[in-house]
Amino acid sequence: MSGNSLTVAGSRSVAVLAAEQEKRDFVTMVIAGQMFGIPVLRVQDVLRSAKIARIPLVSPWIAGALNLRGRIVTAIDMRRRLGLPPRDGGASMSIVVQHGDELYSLVVDEVGEVLSFPVTSIAPNPPTLDVSWRGFAEGVIRLESQLLVIVDIDGLFERAEAV
Amino acid sequence: MNDLLVEFLTETGENLAVLDVELVQFEQDPHAPGLLSNIFRLVHTIKGTCGFLGLPRLEKVAHAGENVLGKFRDGDLVVTPPAISLILKAIDVIKMILGSLEATGAEPEGDDSALIAALDDAAAGKFQATAVAPLAAATVAELPEDVVEHDLVDHAPSQVPATTPVASSAVTATAAPPEGAHREAPVSHQSIRVTVDLLENLMTTVSELVLTRNQLLQIARGQKETEFAAPLQRLNQVVSELQEGVMKTRMQPIGNAWAKLPRIIRDLSLELNKKIELDMRGAETELDRQVLELVKDPLTHMVRNSADHGIEMPEDRLRAGKRETGRVLLNAYHQGGHIIIEIGDDGRGLNLDRIKAKAIQNGLATEAEIAALTDMQIQQYIFRAGFSTAEAVTSVSGRGVGMDVVKTNIEKIGGTVELKSIEGVGSTFTIKIPLTLAIVSALIVEVGGERYAVPQTSVVELVRATESGRSEHRIERVKETPVLRLRDRLLPLVVLEDLLQLERAPGVSASDERFVVVTQVGSQAFGMIVDRVFDTEEIVVKPVSPLVRHVPIFSGNTILGDGSVIMILDPNGIAQSIGEVVVSAAVSQQDTKQKSAEGPDLTTLLVFRAGGDGPKAVPLSLIARLEEFEQDKIEFANGQKVIQYRGTLMPLISFSGGDSLVKGDRQPALVFAENERVMGLLVDEIVDIVETELHVRLESDAPGMIGTAIVAGQATDLIDAGYFLKQAFPNWFDGPNKQSFESETSSSKRVLVVDDSAFFRNLLAPLLQVAGYEVTTASSAPEALALRDDGDNFDVIVSDIEMPGMSGFDFAANVKSDTRWQQIPVVALSSHAQPADIERATTSGFDGFVVKFDRAALLTKLLEALSDPRRAA
Repeated sequence: MSGNSLTVAGSRSVAVLAAEQEKRDFVTMVIAGQMFGIPVLRVQDVLRSAKIARIPLVSPWIAGALNLRGRIVTAIDMRRRLGLPPRDGGASMSIVVQHGDELYSLVVDEVGEVLSFPVTSIAPNPPTLDVSWRGFAEGVIRLESQLLVIVDIDGLFERAEAV
Repeated sequence: MNDLLVEFLTETGENLAVLDVELVQFEQDPHAPGLLSNIFRLVHTIKGTCGFLGLPRLEKVAHAGENVLGKFRDGDLVVTPPAISLILKAIDVIKMILGSLEATGAEPEGDDSALIAALDDAAAGKFQATAVAPLAAATVAELPEDVVEHDLVDHAPSQVPATTPVASSAVTATAAPPEGAHREAPVSHQSIRVTVDLLENLMTTVSELVLTRNQLLQIARGQKETEFAAPLQRLNQVVSELQEGVMKTRMQPIGNAWAKLPRIIRDLSLELNKKIELDMRGAETELDRQVLELVKDPLTHMVRNSADHGIEMPEDRLRAGKRETGRVLLNAYHQGGHIIIEIGDDGRGLNLDRIKAKAIQNGLATEAEIAALTDMQIQQYIFRAGFSTAEAVTSVSGRGVGMDVVKTNIEKIGGTVELKSIEGVGSTFTIKIPLTLAIVSALIVEVGGERYAVPQTSVVELVRATESGRSEHRIERVKETPVLRLRDRLLPLVVLEDLLQLERAPGVSASDERFVVVTQVGSQAFGMIVDRVFDTEEIVVKPVSPLVRHVPIFSGNTILGDGSVIMILDPNGIAQSIGEVVVSAAVSQQDTKQKSAEGPDLTTLLVFRAGGDGPKAVPLSLIARLEEFEQDKIEFANGQKVIQYRGTLMPLISFSGGDSLVKGDRQPALVFAENERVMGLLVDEIVDIVETELHVRLESDAPGMIGTAIVAGQATDLIDAGYFLKQAFPNWFDGPNKQSFESETSSSKRVLVVDDSAFFRNLLAPLLQVAGYEVTTASSAPEALALRDDGDNFDVIVSDIEMPGMSGFDFAANVKSDTRWQQIPVVALSSHAQPADIERATTSGFDGFVVKFDRAALLTKLLEALSDPRRAA
């Protein structure tokens, strides 16, 4: 631009402001009281409790398979995947995501709203974060009363091979 | 990436594939009409578009290639393998750049100046015979330089380059052009491009439609005349047509998988200095796109194998009286609901000795086992994992990826691979695969409260059975493995509930009634136990999620008419999971220790009732078959009961002597057989098959009895099968008819019984056990010697003389010449008892000689031998 640089109170440049205002949207969910977020662009669908058919002989965190409008979707028991205790009754909900060419249904306790956060509010994983989560935790966002852990879908499945 | 680029990538990719094939054709036949102009046109187009899209690197390479082609076209340059190789190299570089473009959207960094310089030199007529080699490090034959220059000097454009350079060059790969592909540039059909995803979705939707139609038809069938009937009929027809049409869109000619092969063969022949011809027939044979994908790599692998390992060097071929040029033949055609693909060569065939050596070396079999196999069975070893007879891993094959992977991949899609090979003549592999994987008929079953699908094509039979015997078929147990007696054989069973690790839902009582789904994998038949059987349904097979792919038991999953998701079972995978357990349970080895193993010695006995109240028993392994004869079929001949049985006249002996027959029309019998002789022992009732430790508590002197043991809690008489066998055939054992024997309780001396006849091993073992010996058996002399290598020791050895492979004589000689077993007395067992035989036995090293089958003499001899431990050789 020509000589006039636009400055705002506090003499921060446009670039920094723009970055501050850049936002990310997440679909939020709750698993065992902990909040998680998945980038909204990765989420295909949100389901209420669906009939899950068990698959024998696979890792316990694979809950089974379900029928989503004619497509077979593999259901992942997120509690097990995260090493959390099983649920004590109550209906679950699922978030359907795509990884590779396949659809997966992540079974969680509750699905919340879509929330928007500025990029700058995303903090790196705190050292206190559960070690086994590091494979797929992309960072955290400090909310009023709790921490929201951002989930990296690809990490969830890549490391899964080894589990 | 913008659309233009995507379009360019797709189209150029296709063109490059065509160029590969056409350049190879052109090399063999530079005069083929239209071929050169087509090639030129394609390269020209690529160059042009590169310029337009701003892809400088690609443009330069394409331009250099175009130059050389232009020279060909103008007749200024001779068509030679090195020139073609250069152009092919340029094609490869273009492919590489395209790949990079696709991945990153930009041309990769790199310098092609060497290649371009070589191309320019080639265009100018200068050849560096060794500088720029084709892909693999090849020995490019020296071009007859004078010939090249001669043509250039001539410079007559109309003079087509002599074909002699092509023919005279020492390294020539001739590939017969694939049928049909030799024709001119692709006929312009009316066609459009459609993405694969769109077709997939279409397929899925149509499949759902098919299933819904099936449901509707089902419902309609149950109803009386309604106004729905007519429209439903029409719907049925229309849907069938639609299904057929959509299936067709999935079908592709197998030639697509073969496209790369001419080039591969060409490069291979150059690299290996061999002459190889590729003959492809049936390239237009169509198969499902999905199947095509899966079969592409195995085919390429096998063709490479033929070229690398099969076809011999030209000199060797001539010496063997064959044509100098080896031939690899690909032949595809439809048969039934399958496509058959043959891959054959007229090379050296499979080397049996090498396979044997490799199998032994890799620990897949022992020498003894190999010796017993037929040539065909030995050839099958190449399909085992980890097997590769390639001396060295060449860059071509022998990578150890191997035929086992090929076979597994083909079997995964429900296909089979067969092999026919004759040393010195050639080998042919035949692959048979189902035309389409999409919709199959499946039997729906219930296991552990959940439903599963079994492909109808694998179901041989369905049998209702119970454990308690209430129905016609009974599930019995042999060595803890459940088996089913089905007509004349014992079928091993798999308890699916256990295999799938399912727990029965609490509260559901286990009903006694089961169903057995009989299936066959290769030559192995077995049954799967399920709780319930539902209908047969047409299902759409969908591949399992990648997370589930490692489980061999499932071949896919599907959605049923009611919307529920169920897994599809794969009998191949199930057979793999249960391993090679229980092949023929009926004739399994009796469990006298074959090798020193821990655990109790269990013997499997057949318990029956005959002649009296108490149960009787005989080792199951002695019995060939359990039969039931109709009373009116039993005839009399020579004062003996006989029956016509499987083409011979079989004598029948009543257990209790006399002519008493069971009331009712069916007479149970135990059939004993050895070689040609069969004999049936008539009993009152066949009771059970029991596995137990055999301890004969009370010995018996009664004829036909060995003693009494406790079997399944009951005092059971163990019968002496030999006695009855001799009643039928007095010369069954070729020896005098002795009935009494002395029982001697020695303090568990260890005796090794060596005899190739399972019958005799099983006959001797219990008798010797009863006499108080600890018995180990070996089915051949080499096997016995292997025990010696293992460090086993015995107090006395009893060996047959007439054995295949190493005879008893050689065995004895071997034992006596080696310090380890030198001191052990060896007793010979033979059907021949001439003085000459006895003498020969003694000279070979035997310490004693007993005629088969003189029980008393044997036991006496053993005692003698044992009481005199220090025997001179």
